[in-house]
Amino acid sequence: MTLQTVLLVAAALFSVGLYGALSQQVVVMVMMGLELMLNGLILAAAGFWWFLAPDPSGQVLLLVIIVAMTVEMAMGFAVATHLHRVRRVDMTDMAADLNG
Amino acid sequence: MITHISFWALAVVAVLAGAAVFYVNSMARASYALAVSFIAVGVQVLLLQQNYVGVVTILMMVMEMAVMAVYMVMFMGMNPALMPMSMVHDKRHALAAAVGSFVLLAAGAVLIPWPARRGRPPAGVTVALGEELMGPKMLVMGVVGAVMAATIVAGVVLAAHRTRYDRFGDDLRRRPAKDPQPGGVGR
Repeated sequence: MTLQTVLLVAAALFSVGLYGALSQQVVVMVMMGLELMLNGLILAAAGFWWFLAPDPSGQVLLLVIIVAMTVEMAMGFAVATHLHRVRRVDMTDMAADLNG
Repeated sequence: MITHISFWALAVVAVLAGAAVFYVNSMARASYALAVSFIAVGVQVLLLQQNYVGVVTILMMVMEMAVMAVYMVMFMGMNPALMPMSMVHDKRHALAAAVGSFVLLAAGAVLIPWPARRGRPPAGVTVALGEELMGPKMLVMGVVGAVMAATIVAGVVLAAHRTRYDRFGDDLRRRPAKDPQPGGVGR
């Protein structure tokens, strides 16, 4: 287990998440993709902390990433609820009002 | 040695379970696959001696996936464990972006001459984190608290069935309010 191997695994998780976030149509599945990307970020940050500078400040950064994930989840569920109530849809393609 | 074997086994589980999220043909299975991926990463974080963050990651994500499963049952109007589905768009570009990002990130991970470790981990990692958050990094804790509170308010406003705009109109000037049940003072 080295920093490089940890980062490789994190990169794989991030890339799989990116594929999901870009390709999925259902809002909940898009959120799953975003969470996989953040999953990779958590692992990468933990690797940086352990292999480069294992002081408590790095752990605080990890905690901030976890909070970002929580906020993403909560707001995603709220937006999906609103979308479903207003339009009875759960697909991103049917909520493209702000698209380019 | 055991740590290395465990790390690689968990890495394989994490990535395969992550890929399974977008491969399995029902959303319930996808949410369980994501939970497995998060648990594997949480244990990897534990292997990197960050006990608190690892445990928080595992607990939080297991609960989140449970919420997600309930959510799908509510809004998809079906039994998501039994209903096959494949709802994707622009699969080719998404795949290209994913492969490109992996090549870029992997090249950076392998080719960058990372510096040597600076300092040693504290004896009590969790205690040190707590003291850091309640001491020099109190501002982070304060900001995180405010962001979480704002998230709660925004989430409730978005998810609420009726708001003041439904009652008083877009300009908030409609009187009397449009309520399902008439009543109230002066009406």
